[in-house]
Amino acid sequence: MDIFIDPHIHAVSRTTDDYEAMRAAGVVAIIEPAFWLGQPRTNVSSFQDYFSMLVGWERFRAAQFGIRHYCCIGLNSKEANQERLADEVMELIPLYACKEGVVAIGEIGYDDMSDLEDRYFRKQLDMAREWDMLVMIHTPHRNKKQGTSQSMDRCIEHGLEPSRVIVDHNNEETVKEVLDRGFWAAFTLYPGTKMGNERMVELVKEYGPERIIVDSAADWGKSDPLAVPKTARLMAERGIPKETIRKVCYDNALEAYSQSGQMKEADWLTPNPVDQRELFYGNSVLRGGQVPTVDDLAKEKESLIIK
Amino acid sequence: MTTPTSVDQQAVCALLRDWINPFLNDKARNWVDEKGQAIKNGSEEWVFFTSFSAVPRYTGKAELNLDARALEAADALRPGWKAGHWSVDQAARAMMALSVPSGDEAAYFATMTKVFNAADIGESVALYQCLPLFPHPEGFIERAQEGLRSNLTSVFQAVAQRNPFPMEYFGENAFNQMVLKSCFVNSSLHDIMGLDQRTNATLAHMLVDYAHERWAASRVVTPELWRPVGPFLGGDYMDDIERVLNDQDPAHQEAAALALSMSSHTEAVKLLNTRQDLKEKIDNNLLTWA
Repeated sequence: MDIFIDPHIHAVSRTTDDYEAMRAAGVVAIIEPAFWLGQPRTNVSSFQDYFSMLVGWERFRAAQFGIRHYCCIGLNSKEANQERLADEVMELIPLYACKEGVVAIGEIGYDDMSDLEDRYFRKQLDMAREWDMLVMIHTPHRNKKQGTSQSMDRCIEHGLEPSRVIVDHNNEETVKEVLDRGFWAAFTLYPGTKMGNERMVELVKEYGPERIIVDSAADWGKSDPLAVPKTARLMAERGIPKETIRKVCYDNALEAYSQSGQMKEADWLTPNPVDQRELFYGNSVLRGGQVPTVDDLAKEKESLIIK
Repeated sequence: MTTPTSVDQQAVCALLRDWINPFLNDKARNWVDEKGQAIKNGSEEWVFFTSFSAVPRYTGKAELNLDARALEAADALRPGWKAGHWSVDQAARAMMALSVPSGDEAAYFATMTKVFNAADIGESVALYQCLPLFPHPEGFIERAQEGLRSNLTSVFQAVAQRNPFPMEYFGENAFNQMVLKSCFVNSSLHDIMGLDQRTNATLAHMLVDYAHERWAASRVVTPELWRPVGPFLGGDYMDDIERVLNDQDPAHQEAAALALSMSSHTEAVKLLNTRQDLKEKIDNNLLTWA
């Protein structure tokens, strides 16, 4: 079976059914960047518990379905507009950013492109440089083209290498500049608002596989946690070579984020016994990296009996 | 409850250092030493937090695989300290945590509360494994019980298993809840230290109720459940233990016989005598809870 990485998904919002379906479709690893929750936070403890969840419970929960979970820590652009709260979150970030499995500072960048957003974006770029970390950029939904250019300008101004920055939520209008300037270009297959996968097929035909990454950004909105495997299938049906599909749906994400030293293929192919003990202990079905087969999961789902 | 002796944290750190050194290159060794020293000298909290997090980046996560001599040295420094399952990063994290100055008790617990509250899975396991080694142990009782509320099995087990802290510091209710939850989350009772000394009539009652629930739901009851019940067999629970003794699974029969052998009540003795085969094995030490 082909295996995939979904390098941008908000798994805290997804159900166990989603995890089962993702694993059955071949997703072996995911990256969960810190973001807002739809409902705005009103105090710093909400951020702390959320960060703890990303490095704790969600990681464990994913492992129970045979999926390796990584995360990015950061203050999202939308909530950077509450100055007092944002300052408090800046103090929390050093408590989380150096933990195991934290692959980048992210997702950070612009929403309204306000002055406060710019200030906290810059502060976090400095933290990334200081701790030698990668950055995952959230490009704005409105004013996207200008916001994308400015995000990359800031990264350069703050001394970050383009090869250590993943610019996400690209589209036909932004991709050329991102690739030309040497950054990674990620595309979010999110129905209605971001990319559709037929457009994605055309983009890969035009630009080839280098430094292009596909993700779902599935969250609490109407989104699709199977976006990566579905797009891979569509690409295959529309004649894109197997190696190209593997690059944009697995290899490139691995290459980009493994620069952190916190994510490597062996984590899911030949897991370390200590990691196994921490993530799988007590679960006899999954211990030793075994995962339930697609047939097992399907049978369980169809059955009327709940044991 | 037994009274634990006070722990020499410096001597523990020196022993930990001996254990991890063969696994480290020069860069990692210097980094661990430098950070440990800085923390000990009262550096800003951030140094401790970021170093504690970054440990595996320098040390890797190999299993220590300690030999008998190392385990004896551990037990000599802190009776009951079990480190046979520790890994290099856990030992290095223990060194950092045990280097935090503890003279000002309020400041010490303020720092420790922050590091516990922000801990990820691996950090939590490392911290809870250190419970028997920390200064001011009484101040960690609530924290230890918080660890047992975790649904992360590895965190739960870092407190419950191969750790003398619960038997030494927990009151009866907390100890009982730990044993019951172990059954509930399929965590072996074998590695709970002091189980035979700390079992009590309330625990036996809770466990037998739990067994009834499991049977009602047609779920298996772990044979180990009967160990803490054993001393209270006779008068109470005789129908239950007879059912286990007649189970089709030999492991359950053996557990019932072992539990019966822990009671001197005449009914228990009488029932065990109906299974001379198992009784003989127990008398000759061929059948034990180990």
